[in-house]
Amino acid sequence: MTTESTNIKTFVESFDPARSGLPGAGLGWLKALREDGIERFEALGLPTPKLEAWKYTRLKPLEDTRYQPVTDEDGMAALDTVPSLLPDPGGRPRLVFVNGWMRPNFWIDGDLPDGVHLEGLRDVLETRPDWIRERLGTLAGEDASSLVQLNTAMMDTGFVLRVEDGVRVETPIEVIFVGGLTARPVAYSPRNLIVLGKGAEATVVKYHVGLGAGAYLANSVSDIEVGPGALLRHYKVQAEAKEATHIHTIRARVARDATYESFSLSIGGRLSRNEVSVRLEGEGAHCALNGAYLMRGSEHCDNTTVIDHLVPHTTCREVFKGVLDDESRAVFVGRIVVHKDAQKTDGYQLCKTLLLSTGAEIDAKPELEIYADDVKCSHGAATGQLDETALFYLRSRGVPEALARNLLVQSFIGEALEEISDEVVRQAITDQVVHWLPAACYLAEEWRAE
Amino acid sequence: MVASIDTVQQVKELTEEKYKYGFFTDIESETAPKGLNEDIVRFISAKKNEPEWLLEWRLKAYRYWLTMPEPKWSKVFHEPIDYQDAYYYSAPKSAADGPQSLDEIDPQLLETYEKLGIPLKEQERLSGVAVDAVFDSVSVATTFKAKLGEVGVIFCPISEALESCPDLVKKYLGTVVPYTDNKHATLNSAVFTDGSFVYIPPGVRCPMELSTYFRINAANTGQFERTLIIADKGSYVSYLEGCTAPMRDEHQLHAAVVELIALDDAEIKYSTIQNWYPGDENGRGGIFNFVTKRGHCRGRNSKISWTQVETGAAITWKYPSCILKGDNSVGEFYSIAITNNYQQADTGTKMIHLGKNTSSRIISKGISAGRANQTYRGLVRISPKAKGARNFTQCDSLLIGDRCGAHTVPYIECKNKSAIVEHEATTSTISEDQLFYLRQRGIPPEEAVALVVNGFCREVLQQLPMEFAVEAQKLVGISLEGSVG
Amino acid sequence: MLEIKNLHVSVDGKAILKGIDLSVQPGEIHAIMGPNGSGKSTLSHVIAGRDGYEITGGRIIYQGEDMTGMAPEIRAAKGIFLAFQYPVEIPGVANTTFLKEALNAICRYHGKDELDAMQFVKVMREKTKELGIPEDMLKRAVNVGFSGGEKKRNEILQMAILNPTLAILDETDSGLDIDAMKIVAEGVNKLRAPERSILLITHYQRLLDYIIPDKVHVLAHGRIQRSGDKKLALELEEKGYAEFGEAAA
Ligand SMILES: Nc1ncnc2c1ncn2[C@@H]1O[C@H](COP(=O)(O)OP(=O)(O)OP(=O)(O)O)[C@@H](O)[C@H]1O
Ligand SMILES: [Mg+2]
Repeated sequence: MTTESTNIKTFVESFDPARSGLPGAGLGWLKALREDGIERFEALGLPTPKLEAWKYTRLKPLEDTRYQPVTDEDGMAALDTVPSLLPDPGGRPRLVFVNGWMRPNFWIDGDLPDGVHLEGLRDVLETRPDWIRERLGTLAGEDASSLVQLNTAMMDTGFVLRVEDGVRVETPIEVIFVGGLTARPVAYSPRNLIVLGKGAEATVVKYHVGLGAGAYLANSVSDIEVGPGALLRHYKVQAEAKEATHIHTIRARVARDATYESFSLSIGGRLSRNEVSVRLEGEGAHCALNGAYLMRGSEHCDNTTVIDHLVPHTTCREVFKGVLDDESRAVFVGRIVVHKDAQKTDGYQLCKTLLLSTGAEIDAKPELEIYADDVKCSHGAATGQLDETALFYLRSRGVPEALARNLLVQSFIGEALEEISDEVVRQAITDQVVHWLPAACYLAEEWRAE
Repeated sequence: MVASIDTVQQVKELTEEKYKYGFFTDIESETAPKGLNEDIVRFISAKKNEPEWLLEWRLKAYRYWLTMPEPKWSKVFHEPIDYQDAYYYSAPKSAADGPQSLDEIDPQLLETYEKLGIPLKEQERLSGVAVDAVFDSVSVATTFKAKLGEVGVIFCPISEALESCPDLVKKYLGTVVPYTDNKHATLNSAVFTDGSFVYIPPGVRCPMELSTYFRINAANTGQFERTLIIADKGSYVSYLEGCTAPMRDEHQLHAAVVELIALDDAEIKYSTIQNWYPGDENGRGGIFNFVTKRGHCRGRNSKISWTQVETGAAITWKYPSCILKGDNSVGEFYSIAITNNYQQADTGTKMIHLGKNTSSRIISKGISAGRANQTYRGLVRISPKAKGARNFTQCDSLLIGDRCGAHTVPYIECKNKSAIVEHEATTSTISEDQLFYLRQRGIPPEEAVALVVNGFCREVLQQLPMEFAVEAQKLVGISLEGSVG
Repeated sequence: MLEIKNLHVSVDGKAILKGIDLSVQPGEIHAIMGPNGSGKSTLSHVIAGRDGYEITGGRIIYQGEDMTGMAPEIRAAKGIFLAFQYPVEIPGVANTTFLKEALNAICRYHGKDELDAMQFVKVMREKTKELGIPEDMLKRAVNVGFSGGEKKRNEILQMAILNPTLAILDETDSGLDIDAMKIVAEGVNKLRAPERSILLITHYQRLLDYIIPDKVHVLAHGRIQRSGDKKLALELEEKGYAEFGEAAA
């Protein structure tokens, strides 16, 4: 206990000097909010496996690494090319952060229509502080986890996407977070806000990519509001560096007849946790919460999701698929809560994991919590290994074994990828999956092309 | 919405109004002073003439218990239990000298059992089911002893086993559920008063169903029975327990422990029909049913199968589990749980796969009505060595009425790539279409609901031994299933 | 037998039946035809007493008794049988169990002795044989995994066993192969008796080649637009429902 609390103290203290340089430093309300965050974080401490929500994930790197704040120098780290998830970024709107600092020189406007505002958090805190205040105030929430509190205290970067009523953006907007280009262990805390007005429509792709070898901690929080009748496609690829710790808390509120579609691919990082909570607040609201995780080495990936059905006639669909090799480990905790009176809820959840190696481990906890009777909810979870019969089938047709394995893994993950409704993004994410596969995968591509 | 009202009424009838076991028997009983302390533990042990090692074990458990917090992780809510406000030992007076045969048993007691639907004499004569009955805290009668003796099966109160075969008891007691296991099991280890003991010798297929009826009669009495069943190599036994208690305004605690051990090629089938008093429609009274049941498939090719029909008790907290240690061993859990009014149930199972090619199957059917809340909580753990392990879990909930809750909390931990684990769960309600269809054919709403519920539970009901299926079906509200065709 | 007078029915405030008049005498067979969504199934549900429909006007008199507000199982006991357009699945409940429950509930209602298992099995055997239904269908759960045609045949089997006074067949011929349709028609014709009436809802005049109706009605826009004899069905087959302001399906 004592070592833990001293850890927290040093952790917090090492960020003291950076405080004055945080965005919105001059805003009194923000200062109070940050201080409140620090207090709560200190009171709560780092989550431990004793907490049910952290039963299977231990934040070891946070316990024994002395992370330091990033400096603007870190932010100016040289970059040969900007890594991009989407092919041919030419005309696509894009925002780039390096080591937690926004790099305006890489910014691409990409003909965003009027009524779409894509900006850095720092800028918006200057231009529209009250707008931010309104949202942070309501979304921060007192019952938020200690890591969200930490983010509130430390948030030093992030972006704000605002789409006005009725405005639709066709092309996906890409936001790239490059990490790992520092010699010492650093931590940064992006805070993102995505707010879609009535009937608005947008696609956001977040690409978290590690380039160097440095250990870093990215503790992100994304707060999302999908207005009445709006549609948000929200995709994320986590391809952090080998020593990186990636924590991302997403909290979405979905209004009447709105749809929130999310896909999260995890293929990197020493330790990653995606914690997504979606509140379906208006009748007709729908959420699709999907993802895939491919882990190897001693990587650990945790997907923890909660979907709250708060009113009648809301629906959700959740599909997660994972592949674990070597000594890697994954956690899936998916909770669907149907609150009192949320009649006519339709909920579906599926989590399937392939274990490729003897040392790999999956811990799954698909959970239904239901307080209304006229509902249709189901979930399924399964683990297994590659289907030997299928493997044999492919080999008997002349496909070399390594290639056959890749194909089977690819087709297994494919079931989750199919859930991605934006075609460009689906293809880009599929490519990431293919490139994750062992070298024979390139053959696989050729083979597929025939 | 009419559907829900009708069905709520139906379930009410099944569980509350028809609680026909709510009589109270006026028998002189011998009771230890209220409260819990080391002296009570010694008193119980002395009453039973127990060997020194057992007293030591009890005291260790008691001392450990004092240090344990109440378990908080389950989804059940109740006022803190006042452990000092209960009696820990209550025996019918006439049992003090130990009844030698049924004829010596207090006729009123026998009558009680008849009311319970277990006329012991009848059973002995007709049905070929051997019965051990536990009344409050002590066993009062074991039927069929002689016949079982012929094949070497030991079936007797555990207190008696401590005298007739102490080594067996000593060898196995607490080896599946150690006294440190959980707050309720630890309490049981300290103060258990009786329970059944079964030993099936190697190669013997127990010639009849064994069965125990538990009843809590005295007020403010906790019941802490302990059951120990050992199936030696290549043997088979099917065992059934039934439970009832009178209606009382205050809650009564039932903290039992059941340990099963199956050696090589042995099979144990353990069925429970639990119909403790559930409390009234406002949630007053009813039994707290905090039970630890665990089976150990110690030998190769062994099998342990749990079947439970849980309709009673104010709160049920129970997870009959299997530790699958022997290679190729099999664990099964079939469960029906019905909760109504303010009943709460947090029940499920744990399947711990340790041996190679072990397999487990979990079928859970939960029906929740009124303001009841029910949780399925299950753990499937595949250890790194459990090569080729398999699990299949199907977990369905039926909700009747819009003020009840049904929750599914499965934990799946898989550390072996060759394992196959599958989990499926659904939640639904009885549809108005179904109800109208049945009513259009002339079936009144209550029966229509019973029919649908029966169909919903069928897979589990089929697992019960024939002799008891009828009782269970009645409890679930079934009249016809399986009798034709 | 059945007198429907100026029946108005709405669902969720939407008027569906807007003044139906229908009079069926004992021994008669009436066919009701009409475009999709015209309210045929609604009418059959209302006669059988399904909840969720609001009767905003008119009356249904069956055997001289006003049916308003009567529970469906009582109507069933009094001899009303509805073969569903979409028979419902009841998982885990064997067909036999279900039928025995139904038959006995009706016996109880009339204060008659319930059938014992032997008697019941005998009745079942007889009827399945008559209708050419394989016996293993009886052991399966009610309609679960049945093909569309099997479900319809199952409805007819139930009708044969429950022996109703007024049978309403809602598109029982849809989805049947030609042989099955003949069997269904035979089943219906067997039921034909002076004290029994039948209401046939169908889209195909083909069925009416096998079951000759006494009257044919066209239901459209929530009203009986026209009534006639078998010839009306032939006419509809040719011209569709255009005359009634709607296209046929
Ligand atoms: N529960 C309901 N809620 C809303 N509308 C309903 C409901 N039930 C029926 N309707 C509407 O009432 C109308 C009549 O439906 P009905 O099923 O009686 O038609 P039908 O004549 O049997 O059609 P079909 O030939 O396709 O079987 C349709 O427009 C239908 O959508
Ligand atoms: Mg219809």
